[in-house]
Amino acid sequence: MLSLKRKTRGEAIFDFLNVVGMALICFVTIYPIWYVLVNSFNDGTDAMRGGIYWWPRQFTVENFTTVFRSPGIMMAMGITVAKTLLGVAAHVFFTAMVAYAFSRRGLIGGKVYILIGTVTLFFGGGLIPTYLLIRDLHMLDNFLVYIIPVLFSFFDLIIFMTFFRDIPDGLEEAARIDGANDWSIFLRVVLPVSMPVLATIALFHGVYQWNDYFTGMIYINNPDLQPIQTYLYRVVAESSSNQMMSAVPGGITTRSVTSQSIKLATMVVTTAPIVFAYPFLQKYFVKGMMIGSIKG
Amino acid sequence: MERKIAAGTSEVPSREDGKARKWWRRLLQQRHLQTMALLGVAWMIIFNYIPMYGIIIAFKEYNIVDSIANSPWVGLEHFREFLQDDELRSVIRNTLGISLIKLAIGFPLPIVFALFLNELRSIRFKKIVQTISYLPHFLSWVILGGILATWLADVGIINSILMALGLISEPISYLAEPRYFWGIVISSDIWKELGWSAIIYLAAMAGVSPEQYEAATMDGAGRFQKMFYVTLPNIRPTIAILFILAVSGVLNSNFDQILVLRNSLNESASNVIDIYVYQTGIQQGRFSYSTAVGLLKSVIALILLLIANGVTKKLNNTSLF
Repeated sequence: MLSLKRKTRGEAIFDFLNVVGMALICFVTIYPIWYVLVNSFNDGTDAMRGGIYWWPRQFTVENFTTVFRSPGIMMAMGITVAKTLLGVAAHVFFTAMVAYAFSRRGLIGGKVYILIGTVTLFFGGGLIPTYLLIRDLHMLDNFLVYIIPVLFSFFDLIIFMTFFRDIPDGLEEAARIDGANDWSIFLRVVLPVSMPVLATIALFHGVYQWNDYFTGMIYINNPDLQPIQTYLYRVVAESSSNQMMSAVPGGITTRSVTSQSIKLATMVVTTAPIVFAYPFLQKYFVKGMMIGSIKG
Repeated sequence: MERKIAAGTSEVPSREDGKARKWWRRLLQQRHLQTMALLGVAWMIIFNYIPMYGIIIAFKEYNIVDSIANSPWVGLEHFREFLQDDELRSVIRNTLGISLIKLAIGFPLPIVFALFLNELRSIRFKKIVQTISYLPHFLSWVILGGILATWLADVGIINSILMALGLISEPISYLAEPRYFWGIVISSDIWKELGWSAIIYLAAMAGVSPEQYEAATMDGAGRFQKMFYVTLPNIRPTIAILFILAVSGVLNSNFDQILVLRNSLNESASNVIDIYVYQTGIQQGRFSYSTAVGLLKSVIALILLLIANGVTKKLNNTSLF
């Protein structure tokens, strides 16, 4: 603190209460996740008695081995991983490419293109017209439905453009003198210096791809093509409507594993990648939010 | 540049011709750029504009056999039907009820949170609180729905605590009772987004110059006074912009969230407009009707956006556009 005065009594109380309050908020945020974690490591039949708050009472990894041995769950995990990796690569590359073109001064038709995009920020076709389009494009029950309809986003384009416009012209001119065309300038000059913004958009789209359950729910019937979130949605939605019976293990019941304990373990497996990747990616999304909030 | 036109020669290019030729040369030069740009434009035409065209089925009687163009026109029939539907009242009540309470509680809370977070003296502790409070934003509603179902189950932690305290004698099935639904939706939404929504305010606060605080200290202002008279006025433009967006979104219930938490037992409290569009459209296959309801919603939302933008502009001199 710059202040030369000693902290007054009031100030000290304020600081103390503030820290306590913040710690409380952190606890309230973390604890529900912790609760699921410890219950997923507990014997399923034993967990039905309730009362597991801080630590597993009968520790077991059997819920997880059951999850990892279930072909349906592993298949759905595979779909989620595939759609996230492919979706992010395609979305980031395509949107950055269009943004690069849109950001160049003197692009013929540039103003019209931007106008076409701006309209999409305020108005859209809605659920059914989009559904009919996807159907007519033969993307129902097709893996491509996870990639192509979200290949581009005008909102992300704005974030890219803001960044690209700040790249010094000198870099581009030097490449042009060496005989590079626009493609190679985009690939070899612009993309390499734009890693922070690429990472930001990749993170946001990656989280979207990983968490999205709705696409798999309305466009996909084939269970082999459904992502893990759609699979979980079906399990969760079923259990919430039969909530009064949720204490009764339905379906898969072997000794210590219940449908509830499998559900919890699946939730943990599904969430783990996000939680682990999160601290490393944090600096990017904060930066991205800033760029987005200034422009958007 | 002036170009001399020699009289009497018929083959002199006019100024217009020169311009056109220049234009073509520029277009040729930027053919790679144009390819990139037009790929994006083509995508938008297919995935944004064709569905916008598809909205005309709201004024038609579309069925799967006919194409959109060949379906017969019915004018405003579907809109009339929706306005006379028995469910209309409960759909509007649920949509506006949930949104307005969210606006009243969920909108100011992140501001308060950011104000207090900004007052933390230890930068490290502040970073930790931020990291933790942003985390739930990245979890999907499916996972949160699973967590909530576990917490609110008959043997879940909420029932256990309330019973241990003697507040209830037997477990309550919270998700099966309509009267708890709004509370569950609103509080879980705040839990998920409190930290994340504070980011923008924190960024705005970081831009406040230290001199302003020093001057306030000189004048004998305490911590609360500084929060109220220095920090808050500085982030007013940010608040205004986010408020415009929030108001224009009152018809948007959090679809992902409600779809996960709703069920046939809490239907009377969970049937919001987005869910109604989904049910009538995807589940019942009433394509035209569902599109009409969705269109009505979008139009009202757009009007709300314009009104909110206008009002904040007048009061605050800040606006989105």
